[in-house]
Order: sequence, then C-alpha cells, then structure tokens
Amino acid sequence: MTTNDAKPMTRQISVKTEKLTRRFGKFTAVDRVSIEVYQGEIFGFLGANGAGKTTMIRMLCGLLAPSEGSGSVAGYDIYRQSEAIKRRIGYMSQKFSLYDDLTISENIEFYGGVYGLSRALIRERKEALIRQVGLEAFADKLTRELPLGFKQRLALGCALLHDPPIIFLDEPTSGVDPEARRSFWDLIYQTVALGKTVFVTTHFMDEAEYCHRVSIMREGKLIALDTPAKLKQHYGKSNMQDVFVALVKE
Amino acid sequence: MNAIEIKEFHKSYGTVEAVRGVSLEVKRGELFGLIGPDGAGKTTLLRAICTLLLPDRGSILVDGLDTTREVARIRSILGYMPQRFSLYQDLSVEQNLRFFADLFQVPEKERERRLEQLYHFSRLAPFKKRLAGALSGGMKQKLALSCALIHTPAILVLDEPTYGVDPVSRQEFWDILRLIREEGASILVSTAYMDEADLCDRVALFFRGRIAGVGAPEALKDRYRYPLYRLEAKDVRRLRDFFRSLPEVQSTQLFGDALHVSFKRPPDSRQWSEWQAASSGNLTTWSPQPPSIEDVFLALIGGEADGGESI
Repeated sequence: MTTNDAKPMTRQISVKTEKLTRRFGKFTAVDRVSIEVYQGEIFGFLGANGAGKTTMIRMLCGLLAPSEGSGSVAGYDIYRQSEAIKRRIGYMSQKFSLYDDLTISENIEFYGGVYGLSRALIRERKEALIRQVGLEAFADKLTRELPLGFKQRLALGCALLHDPPIIFLDEPTSGVDPEARRSFWDLIYQTVALGKTVFVTTHFMDEAEYCHRVSIMREGKLIALDTPAKLKQHYGKSNMQDVFVALVKE
Repeated sequence: MNAIEIKEFHKSYGTVEAVRGVSLEVKRGELFGLIGPDGAGKTTLLRAICTLLLPDRGSILVDGLDTTREVARIRSILGYMPQRFSLYQDLSVEQNLRFFADLFQVPEKERERRLEQLYHFSRLAPFKKRLAGALSGGMKQKLALSCALIHTPAILVLDEPTYGVDPVSRQEFWDILRLIREEGASILVSTAYMDEADLCDRVALFFRGRIAGVGAPEALKDRYRYPLYRLEAKDVRRLRDFFRSLPEVQSTQLFGDALHVSFKRPPDSRQWSEWQAASSGNLTTWSPQPPSIEDVFLALIGGEADGGESI
C-alpha cells in the first residue's frame, strides 16, 4: 500500500478548493484552505474537535455557502452548482444512516427513491447490494436486528446506490468492533478500486494510515497534507497517532 | 468492601438478551474500564448500576447497597454521565459549567481549580462565551464531560465519555480521570476505543452481553498465546491475502500500514525466507510484536465478530 502504487495515473482532480473560507460572525471556522483530491484516492481528513472538518465537508457537499475562496467538486462549482454536486456525491456517517424500523429491503428502496432512481434500477442495485453485503437471508428483517458492522456496510452501500463518483464518509466506523472496522475498510478499498474518490474523517489514527493522503486541520487552517509515510518521516514519528498529537498540541 | 459488585446480572428487552450473566467487581479507588463495541450491552449494565434499571436476575451492590432497594442512598454517592448528557444550548460554555457547579454545590475554592483543569483538558477556554448550541459535535461532548466532572462523587460511572472525541482531547481526558482517581474516587468507564484499555487499572472486555475477559491490561495481554509478528510490505493487503492462505497462520489483522500475523507456533528463519520468496519480494520486514488489547479482544471473541462472513 505504498502511495505511489495507489495514485491514479491520470491524477484527475475530484475535489479542488482554493483559499476556501467560512466565517460564522466573527469566528472563522475554515480559514483559506486549499486542497486537491484526486480521482481514486482515499483522502483522510483529520483534526481536533472543532477544527473545522464538518464545516469544510458541508461546503463541499453543497450544504453551506462559503464566505470566500473557490472550490469545485466533480467538476462543478460549489457556489453555483450545488444541486449538480448533490447528485454526484454520496454521504455516510454513523449518526445519519439507516432507518431502524424499516426492513433492509425498504431502507435500500427508500434511498434509491431519494436519489431519484427508476424502480427497475432500484431493484437491480438492491439485489446486487444485498449480495455484496452478504444479507441475502435477511432482506425482510428489520434493520434494528442487524449487528452494527453489517449496518455500516449496508449504509455505505446505500450511499453508493446512485453510483456517485465521490463519497464523503464522516467518522464511518465509530463504535463497531475492531474486526468489523477492518472489514469496512476492505469495502472502502473495493470502492476506490472502482475509480471512486473517498473523502473520510476519523478519530482512529490507525485508519489514518490506510489513507493515500492525509490532511490535518487545526483552528480552521490546514496545517499538514501529505502521505502518511511522508508525514511520519517529516515529523520523525513512528505512527500517525504521534504525528497527530505533535501537530495538534503544538 | 468493593465499590461495585455485580453477581450474575441478566437483562433482556423482549426477546433480545442484552446482558447474559455478568459478574464483576470494581474495587475501591480503581479506574475500571468496560471495553466493547456498540451493542455489547455496556449501557444496560451501567444503567442498572445507577439504579435506573432493574435486573431480570442477579444482583448489584454499590458501596454495599442493593440497587433495587437503596436507590436514594446510592444516588447520593454516585455520579453518572449518560451517553446523551443534556447541556443548556442557550447558555454559554462558562455558564453551563458554573450552573453544574452550583447544582452539585461545589465549594468556591475547589470550583476555580477544577474549572481551570477542565478548560485545560477540553481546550474550551477560547470558547468560554460561545453558546453551547453553537459548538461542534465533539466540543459539545467535551463540555458535557467537563460538566459531569465538575463535582467528584465517591463513585463515578461514565458511559462512553470519549465517543467522537479527538485523540488529543481523549488523552487529556484520561489524565483528568486519573487525577480524580488519585483523589480517591472509584471510576467505572465504558468505551468502544480499545486503546483506552491500557489507561485503566483493570478492564472487562465485553461482547454480545458477556464478558470475554477481565483483568489488568498487561495480564490480559500475557494470556495471548500465539506468537505475534508485525510485517511490512510494499502492498500490505496483498500480503494479508498471502498469509491468510498459510496453514501455519492463526490470524491476520491489518494495523495501519502494517500487518499483524499470529502463528500457531513460532516460525523459523527458513520459513521467513520461503515466505519472502513466495510473496515475490512483497514482504519487506518482520519483527516480533507485543499484542495489543485489540489483538486480545479479537482472539477472545473468535469468529463471533460482526466482520465475519455470516451473522
């Protein structure tokens, strides 16, 4: 998993921002952040609580207008084309995922409907997704009966139902057991192998090591952006946990 | 007398058995961790300890008092921070802290010292005047924690206090817990972060309503019986597929950019050279690796985890 192997040949840009800024009153939540994320890349987005990660993601998803700076997602402008962006991204977090009191099948149909897919397409992708997650025998069971690890894989599948080129994962693995956490990352790797771009936030520093490149925010500013290997080398640390602590505590 | 004593505790919700026969004791002055993923039954157990839930079977004593009968007395010596702790959204950070200090009648002198400590750990000092409702999710969690820690009851029960909290603040939060323990409190804290086990005096590894192992973190690690190695490779996922297929291998786990492989018996140097050749040079380095609590947990729960092929 060295980064050179993982970088796409074409380096087509999926997400690009220049001096992107968002203020809330006198408070600057995101302060002149410039990034480029390439197609097929797993881009890790780290930072202490309140560093501005969520504000940044909301701007990129077309949910919040920036105060200044520019940005594009999947080639669309984040100021003027937020509706086009919303159709081309997937979003999953642990907090906003599946409806517990719908069956697995109903959840998938619901998401398919939200994304405006045809009935035929929903049926086709539903079957593929249920097979992929290994839930053939449970399609008509209530989602609440599923172990959390399955729920999370299913939630990722739902977020990918409309086949978006870019997916945002906001702390997708909090609370699952370690084995399920790793099997979720296998799924992320399968997703980027299809050419999709994955933008992921996490508080697990071992997961930061799974990313092709990692960015770290502090007090609204981007303070580091590189491959995990180069960050560790640059700061003379043996793991990302130590890199993170050194940078954020500074 | 133990701070908390649990005997054969059972609790079901309808047909779901949330906790299936748990016996535990938390000693006086101990920092005890209940470690397990979501859905393991941690909250059910903690709520029963805090007199908020009756056992179906079994018993719980808090400071020698029965949780089913001595509710008022237990509540006077026990502090509880539930997963969803209420803050006043329209009060500022500082006002929330002072409100809880008033509520718990924290003495004036004690109060300033504690506030300073809590601001230090939470890094909330620059946000003193911000309304709680306008904080980010993780910052709200830190403020809730701070409010729960403003007073120090004899026994403190915290349900996943570090959920969603960043690694730096988590570290500092645990420093505070140790300070409170040194002041004489007994603390029971639940978490899904396996690495936090190492910060506890003793832990119980909790999975699917049962205890899979209990003891000091080091003692639990000593019980890990498979020789464990840390391997590095050019392509670590491909290397995992290779080692997974070997009969000598007990288990493989990705750990960041490395692979942890446990073997049924210690491999010799001839085997390592063979594997290096067989992996077409993909395997670059290997060295013995002390097991982490995560390794121990994975070994103890065996094939029962959610990541398995079938439910």
